[in-house]
Amino acid sequence: MALIELSGIERRFLLGDTTVNALNGLDLQIDAGQYVAVMGPSGSGKSTLLNLLGLLDRPNAGSYRLEGRDVTTLSPEEQATVRSRRIGFVFQSFHLVPRLTAAENIALPMMLAGIAPAERKQRVAQALTDFGLDKRADHKPDQLSGGQRQRVAIARATIMQPALILADEPTGNLDRHTGDEVVHLLEALNSQGVTLIVVTHDPALGARAGRQLVMEDGRLKHDSAHAPG
Amino acid sequence: MRLADTLRFARDAAAGYPVRTALSVLAMSIGVAAVVILTALGDGARRYVVGQFSSLGTNLVIVLPGRSGTGGFNPANAITSTPRDLTIDDAASLRRLPSVRRVAPLAVGTSEIAHGGKLREAMVAGSTAEFIPIRNFELAQGSPLPDEDWNRGSSVAIIGAKLRQEIFGTEPAVGQLVRVGDRRLRVIGVLKPLGQGLGMNTDELVIVPVSLAQAMFNSNTLFRILIEANSREAIPAARTQSLELLKQRHRGEEDVTVITQDAVLATFDKLLGALTLAVAGIAAISLAVAGILVMNVMLVAVTQRTGEIGLLKALGASADTIRLAFLAEAAMLSGIGALLGYLLGQLGAFALRQAFPVFPAYPPDWAVIAGLSTALATGLLFGVMPARQAARLEPVLALMKH
Repeated sequence: MALIELSGIERRFLLGDTTVNALNGLDLQIDAGQYVAVMGPSGSGKSTLLNLLGLLDRPNAGSYRLEGRDVTTLSPEEQATVRSRRIGFVFQSFHLVPRLTAAENIALPMMLAGIAPAERKQRVAQALTDFGLDKRADHKPDQLSGGQRQRVAIARATIMQPALILADEPTGNLDRHTGDEVVHLLEALNSQGVTLIVVTHDPALGARAGRQLVMEDGRLKHDSAHAPG
Repeated sequence: MRLADTLRFARDAAAGYPVRTALSVLAMSIGVAAVVILTALGDGARRYVVGQFSSLGTNLVIVLPGRSGTGGFNPANAITSTPRDLTIDDAASLRRLPSVRRVAPLAVGTSEIAHGGKLREAMVAGSTAEFIPIRNFELAQGSPLPDEDWNRGSSVAIIGAKLRQEIFGTEPAVGQLVRVGDRRLRVIGVLKPLGQGLGMNTDELVIVPVSLAQAMFNSNTLFRILIEANSREAIPAARTQSLELLKQRHRGEEDVTVITQDAVLATFDKLLGALTLAVAGIAAISLAVAGILVMNVMLVAVTQRTGEIGLLKALGASADTIRLAFLAEAAMLSGIGALLGYLLGQLGAFALRQAFPVFPAYPPDWAVIAGLSTALATGLLFGVMPARQAARLEPVLALMKH
């Protein structure tokens, strides 16, 4: 069964007097455990797609089934629960809370989900070890390098053991070397069975994925899964 | 999110913006401190006046010459306009009333008291043996005024503690002769120090027999007649009976005013209580202003932290969680402000009491409770709108502001 099934997804924005079709009759299936790169020029709708997949935005038409369940009709509270339990986000600019330490940032999703402090502590300790952040646990984000920050962000995205990780230009703010490290981390997660969807401008990064989607004007222009040859 | 986590999160968020947090806490604390100090002043004034009146004596009924009631036009006044004075015989006649325990006439004037080359001005109160028990005075040394015919004043005096100190120093005073005006009087007693009592400083008082005082001041009228009723319940009866009797003695003319201590007390109590309430109301306005400031600060916080709210939503925070976190922050700001204001207010009241020891500037409990709960209520009330606004933010729009 497909993890993600999109059918007839439309998303329109009103910009002044004109309506922009950010997504235009999009149909897409992504299986569990896939590694998908979404590429395309600016304004092609790839960020809008990512927001919809992450339940941060709602489509104007069409249906979105996540793990066989129609999530477009859920209430905001139910969607929050799905985000909390099933989806992890990695952002281009990390989005760490500046006043919290690395450990606290990693624990944030568990705190929001109401998990007991003892269990949080144990899982954070494990995550810090897994991501090589042991010595940075008590550092604030501004005391961390870019690569360390993104590692904290990835640790945070995985701490709730989601089925799906959505990464929006995860290497966009990093140099080549640290960018590669972060990509290896994400790919390692994917190899453990987590579905990974990466939005990127970088063709080299896109080429590493098992499946490439190229978007243009709110439509899928190319899907390597259905490409001839 | 767990409650402890919500509170810690709100605390850290507030601590993340120290200046705006400090300012709103300050505003709230000034509001609460104003309520505490102003009500302490108002209630202090009430206690002070009530205390002064209570110290006059117990179950007291006071007769004043002249009619000062607001009974409207009295035809009798139109014919005989000069009121009759109160006399010693008037006072003596009141002793026969069944509801009356003690009666003390009072004639007052100022004179000089001198002894051994030392001379000073003093207030002279002419009265009888009953005066000291009626006014709840106590003797430190010596004996009370002789229980004699009220119209026959012996040449004796009782002096206040401060006068004794100033004129006799360390020498014994009782038994000495002093000159008061043009009379030579023997000191037979010294009052215990008491301090101020409604404009009459008893420590600088000279008490002499009433007829002697009248002779010294060359008058045969009385300043007051003090009556002690048998009991608290007997006060109204004592008042009406003495008024009736004096009216008879004055040929049917009601030319005296009889006031009871209770009535005066109740009036002042009510008046100053209302004043305290009014002052508290004014101070409460500053609390409302502080509440609005907290709201403003929280609204700014929502704008400042839009990106963070978006992130929290992306990480799975529900609208309820966000709302609670912001409400907790507003409650914390106003709560800490209220607590700080309470301490400030108590400190202010304490300083007032240190500066004016006779003035019991204690904030009343109701004002403290009302002040604190108003602060918390306004903080929460004005916190609701920013919290709702934060909770309603669309996650995708909020994230873009990061």
